[in-house]
Amino acid sequence: MCTYVTEKVAVSGSAKGPDGWFRVTDGSVYFDHPVHAPEDHTLNIDFLAPAQGAAARVAVELTAESARALAKAIEAVLARVPPGLV
Amino acid sequence: MSDAIIAETVMITGHGGDEIEAYSARPLDPGKQVGGVVVIHHMPGYDPQTKEIARTFAVNGYNAIVPNLYWREAPGASPDDAAAVARAGGGVPDERLVGDVDAGIRYLNALASANGKVATIGYCSGGRQSFLAAVSLPLDAAVDCYGAFVVGDPPQGSPLKVGPLVGKAPALSCPLLGLFGAEDKYPSPEQVAELEEALKAAGKAYEFHVYENAGHAFFSVNRPAYRPEAAMDGWQKIFAFFGKHLS
Repeated sequence: MCTYVTEKVAVSGSAKGPDGWFRVTDGSVYFDHPVHAPEDHTLNIDFLAPAQGAAARVAVELTAESARALAKAIEAVLARVPPGLV
Repeated sequence: MSDAIIAETVMITGHGGDEIEAYSARPLDPGKQVGGVVVIHHMPGYDPQTKEIARTFAVNGYNAIVPNLYWREAPGASPDDAAAVARAGGGVPDERLVGDVDAGIRYLNALASANGKVATIGYCSGGRQSFLAAVSLPLDAAVDCYGAFVVGDPPQGSPLKVGPLVGKAPALSCPLLGLFGAEDKYPSPEQVAELEEALKAAGKAYEFHVYENAGHAFFSVNRPAYRPEAAMDGWQKIFAFFGKHLS
């Protein structure tokens, strides 16, 4: 099914797409059909710069298991950052 | 009949007078007046696989057109980027969908080879939209391939801005062919049964097939959900249905 289950988040940083690096302002996290991954549904993350058009997008499509592992890894790394840096 | 076709990108005047892109596939020399099919793409967008479906209709003697439902959000973008923009915005508004399908109907009926009969077919979100078109516009046939939320509401928190359509069954303008997977959850077999009951109560002509060992998107040749047995039988059902109602 098309779940349309989505969380949107404001992000600040940069991403690298086919035309090089660009500043990203928005993120979409959703669980839905992938375009490329060989799964029925995947956890998809889009890093976006809507002001630069639809093509300003870096996309990943992850299995639910690997997406959870990624989320844990992000939290683990941030937790180990020396005091005063974040 | 020759199997030669012409397939090309065209512009049509969609909802609100907007010019939108569309993909047209037609028999090159049908040798007779033929019916038309508006192909409504699935949520992942105006993609190569949907265009292939339009070409399949053309090879089999029908004029076909696929409106790019996401053209307004992302003109010229790749189908996946355009779909990402559209889904983040909650999908295509129902009113706009009806206007864009109507534009496809007008395009098909204006073709020199048109016999004046037109159907819609849609997959996934497009299945719901095919039903929506059939309760909103005068059509000769409509096919709903596993359309979710014809019955039932989207899950809580979903950005999808649509509601159920089953209450509009009395307005159905044409016979409906429904093709579903027994293992699908959206629509579930219970929701398919509810739609069938509503059509029966409204005295509408319909033909439903629910395939065992198939779930959602069993026609999608490029996805793991593809089920050749169900898809091949489904194509036969579609051509039999169109042969009856579009000739």
